Amino acid sequence: MSRQRASHKEPVAVVGIGQTAHVSARHDVSIAGLVREAAQRALADAELTWADIDAVVIGKAPDFFEGVMMPELYLADALGAVGKPMLRVHTAGSVGGSTALVAANLIAARVHGTVLTLAFEKQSESNAMWGLSLPIPFQQPLLAGAGGFFAPHVRAYMRRTGAPDHIGSLVAYKDRRNALKNPYAHLKDPTLTLDKIQSSPMLWDPIRYAETCPSSDGACAMILTDRAGAARAPHPPAWVHGGAMRSEPTLFAGKDFVSPQAGKDCAADVYHQAGITDPRRQIDAVEMYVPFSWYEPMWLENLGFAAEGEGWKLTESGVTELDGDLPVNPSGGVLSTNPIGASGMIRFAEAALQVRGRAGAHQIPDARTALGHAYGGGSQFFAMWVVGAERPGG
Amino acid sequence: MPPTPAPTGPIRDVAVVAFAQTDHRRRTDELSEVEMLMPVLHQVLADTGLKTSDIGFTCSGSSDYLAGRAFSFTMALDGVGAWPPISESHVEMDGAWALYEAWVKILTGEADTALVYAYGKSSPGQVRDVLTRQLDPYYLAPLWPDSVSLAALQAQALIDAGDTDEPALAAVASRSRADAQSNPHAQLAGDIPSGDYLVHPLRTTDCPPISDGAAAVILAAGDRARELCSRPAWIRGIDHRIEAHGLGVRDLTDSPSTRLAAERAGAYEVALDTVELHAPFTSQEVVLRKALGLGDDITVNPSGGALAANPIMAAGLIRIGEAAARIHRGESDAALAHATSGPCLQQNLVAVLEGDPRE
Repeated sequence: MSRQRASHKEPVAVVGIGQTAHVSARHDVSIAGLVREAAQRALADAELTWADIDAVVIGKAPDFFEGVMMPELYLADALGAVGKPMLRVHTAGSVGGSTALVAANLIAARVHGTVLTLAFEKQSESNAMWGLSLPIPFQQPLLAGAGGFFAPHVRAYMRRTGAPDHIGSLVAYKDRRNALKNPYAHLKDPTLTLDKIQSSPMLWDPIRYAETCPSSDGACAMILTDRAGAARAPHPPAWVHGGAMRSEPTLFAGKDFVSPQAGKDCAADVYHQAGITDPRRQIDAVEMYVPFSWYEPMWLENLGFAAEGEGWKLTESGVTELDGDLPVNPSGGVLSTNPIGASGMIRFAEAALQVRGRAGAHQIPDARTALGHAYGGGSQFFAMWVVGAERPGG
Repeated sequence: MPPTPAPTGPIRDVAVVAFAQTDHRRRTDELSEVEMLMPVLHQVLADTGLKTSDIGFTCSGSSDYLAGRAFSFTMALDGVGAWPPISESHVEMDGAWALYEAWVKILTGEADTALVYAYGKSSPGQVRDVLTRQLDPYYLAPLWPDSVSLAALQAQALIDAGDTDEPALAAVASRSRADAQSNPHAQLAGDIPSGDYLVHPLRTTDCPPISDGAAAVILAAGDRARELCSRPAWIRGIDHRIEAHGLGVRDLTDSPSTRLAAERAGAYEVALDTVELHAPFTSQEVVLRKALGLGDDITVNPSGGALAANPIMAAGLIRIGEAAARIHRGESDAALAHATSGPCLQQNLVAVLEGDPRE
């Protein structure tokens, strides 16, 4: 009982990616049909079959969003998991990212060779806003959905940095135009103008209707594998260069809601693993979880792409545009597509698509290194990965 | 010459080094989930001398449907004291699967220690009704078939197959509750009258109590485990498998997923002396004994098992903890622990634990 600690983790490769078209209501499919569609596309991308999959790791946000308790039990058949291990992750809004990281660890630890990981939400089955707003005795009420919780933190950011009022609308305008280039994106309005965004109704001051994520039905799946699996892959893989999760409590004296410590620590961990010392220069594309437009400048600072108080200037100067030198959310992001439980995995998958060179019309030329980011709860759960076109360690 | 096969099996030795559980009770109206959880977290930390900041990874298991609210697990972080921020994850599964995720994390080398916890309060709702919500939402859940009725179908299938009879089931119940007399945390112990049929052929004594409770475990790797515990319970193997959801396509008298998980965990390669089965119903112990091929020479559920206390989402983790604690105390050298989830044993996990050879 004294074998030595493994010297190295098995490198993990993303060899298959599949998404559903994300829309407000997929009345044409059951929950099982929805997840199977994404899984089959990921298998097709990897040119693998169900028999090649050793284990399934599935994630989604609260079960109340569909009204099914532990739905993975019912989904075992649809995901070809019968006779295999099936894990269900739930870490609030960061879950799509966490799920991918749990799946990646199964390979890194050499427990399995090839793993299907998938995250989904079928918001049309229920009502997420009210699913989040059940009154709980002796606990602070969330009242009506997430916007009411996050708006004061956006206002605090504006106060702290002196960011002008129009920054949020610039983010929304950028992300929604990027979505026009993404065949899977939910919100697509070719007639959108900046003026339309700036004149949309104020929902939770300072967050306008057009600066808020939609409610989507959708699923995202990835096939993760080891070096041997990557050698057989028909298309270039994305290699995982670093992955981390960090959590902190919801509410406590001294918590910085604008730039949470857990987010900073998580980013520092993945950058360290990936050998990144200057993220602004070394990362070619970023898919970050921006459910309300102002979170782009806030996360730019939290993730170390800009100094404190400077994030909004990157947004304003066009650095985060599709053709800027740090493109953020080329897919259109959460602002254009939000199947909640899947939103984090879509970030991770879109980052992988970029370094695989398979992002289509929203491909960033020569993207070699990309960051996928997800967060959840009261800005308290963070999951991130850095993926690259090269295998780590050469 | 064929190529040398890649090394298989765990690449690090990982052990359960501490375990704590609450006294399980029918109601805990005076406690929030966090308040119920705190004492067991403090106990495993105290037993190992670790602080929250010493823990490499934290993972928990719980269900929003028991709590009746979304994101219920976020409040538990207050109990952990997740400041400065911690590396942490959560499964919407029994804590046994949280332990599995933590074991994988330690195998990667990213952590040397892990805190695993699970909790469930069944008292605020009608648990038989609540569990119907985990069935196929289109074809089954609308009929509200409750967990006891489904277990009764399974029990009747066993009786029809000649695998058991009602007196044998009653014997499982009375043995479990007799053994539970030496378990200070048990909710139901001693001589309990056999009661009426709840759903034929299951009597109230064949069914688990409805419980509120929590449990916590600390895992550690290699030499760290030896520093923290005088006799670590080494995880020789751990594996889990799921079966089809539709009861109509399964043989309810067997549990092939348990057998496969046991094979993968190496259960048939060691001389087991103790087994902790997560069998909430007496009839399910019959299924699991058959699937695992257990003889009468093995001690089964010395804790009283889920028939003595069944805090949903924690009861599987408690099986691992109970098995590990017997190894810690020197009462076992090799033990199998099992956890289940879903209707009629749909999903099963098996862990094989071993103590170092005695001097």
